[in-house]
Amino acid sequence: MRGESIVYSMEIGEKILEVKDLKVWFPVSQSFIDNLRGKAKLFVHAVDGVSFEVHEKETFCLVGESGCGKTTTGKAILRLVPVTGGSVKFKPSKSVLKDLEERGIEPDSDGTVDLVSVPLKKFKPLRRDLQIVYQDPYGSMNPRYRIRDVIGEAIDVHKAASTREEKEEMIIKVLEKVKLTPATDFIDRYPHQLSGGQRQRVAIARAIILNPRLVIADEPVSMLDVSIRAEILELFNELKKDIGLSYIFITHDLAVARYVCNRIAVMYLGKIVEMGDAREIIADPMHPYTKALVAAIPDPNPENRKKIREVPIIGEVPNAINIPPGCRFHPRCVYYNRAAKGEGDARLAEKCPRDQPPFKEVKPGRRVACWLYE
Amino acid sequence: MVSAVPLLEINGLRTYFYTLRGIVKAVDNVSLKLEKGETLGIVGESGCGKSTLAWSIIGLVPPPGKIVDGSIIIDGIDITKMSEGEIREKIRWKKVSMIFQGAMNALNPVYKIREQVAEPMILAGYSEHEAYKRVDELLEAVGLTPAVGDRYPHELSGGMKQRVVIAMALTLEPDLVIADEPTTALDVVVQAQILNLLKELQRKKKRSIIIISHDLGAVTELAEKIAVMYAGKIVEFGTAEQVFNNPLHPYTQALIRAIPRLTGPVTKLEYIPGAPPDLRFPPPGCRFAPRCSKVMDICHKEEPPMKELEKGHFVACHLYD
Repeated sequence: MRGESIVYSMEIGEKILEVKDLKVWFPVSQSFIDNLRGKAKLFVHAVDGVSFEVHEKETFCLVGESGCGKTTTGKAILRLVPVTGGSVKFKPSKSVLKDLEERGIEPDSDGTVDLVSVPLKKFKPLRRDLQIVYQDPYGSMNPRYRIRDVIGEAIDVHKAASTREEKEEMIIKVLEKVKLTPATDFIDRYPHQLSGGQRQRVAIARAIILNPRLVIADEPVSMLDVSIRAEILELFNELKKDIGLSYIFITHDLAVARYVCNRIAVMYLGKIVEMGDAREIIADPMHPYTKALVAAIPDPNPENRKKIREVPIIGEVPNAINIPPGCRFHPRCVYYNRAAKGEGDARLAEKCPRDQPPFKEVKPGRRVACWLYE
Repeated sequence: MVSAVPLLEINGLRTYFYTLRGIVKAVDNVSLKLEKGETLGIVGESGCGKSTLAWSIIGLVPPPGKIVDGSIIIDGIDITKMSEGEIREKIRWKKVSMIFQGAMNALNPVYKIREQVAEPMILAGYSEHEAYKRVDELLEAVGLTPAVGDRYPHELSGGMKQRVVIAMALTLEPDLVIADEPTTALDVVVQAQILNLLKELQRKKKRSIIIISHDLGAVTELAEKIAVMYAGKIVEFGTAEQVFNNPLHPYTQALIRAIPRLTGPVTKLEYIPGAPPDLRFPPPGCRFAPRCSKVMDICHKEEPPMKELEKGHFVACHLYD
């Protein structure tokens, strides 16, 4: 169970997903009177202009606190929430492309399809390529379905098997892949008869049964005990190696991200504030928000109890309806607040509350949106 | 600080749940001692009985659970011999209070914060005026402004609600506060702030805290002593340094190796294969034997006794026979 190096540093293939300026705004319901008075519509800016790429066999992490838009980004790519703007170019597999063409959707010259512009009615073939694993292994399965049906449902929906025997064989194979062995022991059980870790394996089996290209894993281990968390993380890594999956891994835990991710994007209030190599970011965070996140994580050490843990951040996350102008992090940023008191860089005091910082490459492979690095 | 009488002494405690499907031995022969001003961390996987242990200490074991054996001595009084009325009158919230798991989501949505925090004090005989005045002090002590008292729970963020719940636990100045997973479901930044708050409370008032968590990281932020629980039993006990820097029980060792770290080399994470046993039918001998990498024949037959291997460092494992 213990190895020297992790399967992390694997070769990364071609680009399969390119998200550009993705926006998801949810309208806030207002009273009839307010509408009559013509009061301006309010929106929750859940995802507010996010751009990134995912390559083949890459694990790309979206990290941030709750409410930062990381889950909504994942759901928007799968079109599970209405998208307000932007584009999501995805390179489907050959068989999916064929099905799409039959439905009258032509790919671009580079073989990509803009997921945002595909009508939802014609989206179904793409779901074979794009799958999701949810956070809660207790709530994401129908309690009245046997494991056979939980996993088999996808096969039926996409008519991926022609005979009952073929379907059975597929289910057993996938259960073996996620190490629920002997598979015949598990296939007839109900979800409540499994432990949390086993259920999450079933959820993964359900996601990979149709050989997807990209799996979005939304906090897949945060509800599991530490002792079995590692087991599921290793499974993700192994599957990546064996069947060449790519992941978008959504997590709030930077320590977990360090073990599974190639690259990390740190999100704050609907925007990516820092992006780059996973370990480099954690070893040397550049954006003040990333610095605070890294400082906040308790690294287990009995020495910690003797000191108060300093987290360089002020106050709490503001409401995503009224996003602060300029850099949206400035009210909580220690650098800005120091500057505003006249103690630091005077440039910042003026710039941060006024202009949005550009998302700039500050060194090879590292992008940061912060006026500190102008 | 070592006083003659420990603040809390638990001897051979057994708390069982009499369900229709059998007897669940959630806490099975647990003994502990806690001095005044000490912080104890209880670590274990979900279902290991750590919350049941906490409920036992505060006399709130939910039916069909029952304390069947053992004693819980708080300040020299055995509460297992007390009636519910006596516990309510003398112990609960006055000597021992608890920050329940997920309590921040159990605040009453139709009462203002001030009214909810004042409630235990009014029940304890404070006048409304006195109680409300004290609420303001308490809110400040947990890092909130008194103005928060006029708000309703839905107007507060998760971190603020958790602070309110901590303030509620402090209303009657108990000697011992039990915090059951106080930071689970909070964001990392808020988690660090809440742990800092508990640290300050412990330092300033010399209050004893029992922190219960599955997260060793959160526990080491606070605890001077650590008890590792597995399947209803304490398998290792010692100071934080002893347990963490020199873990003796194979379960503790594996648990520590399974934690993803922020620093150091990224090695393949280790995990503990299998799942904790069904507490209705615990395996004979050592309960960890089926998952243990160092298992021997004797482990399946005889239950290992608790042994003191170095001063204050106890372990229940046949490896050290």
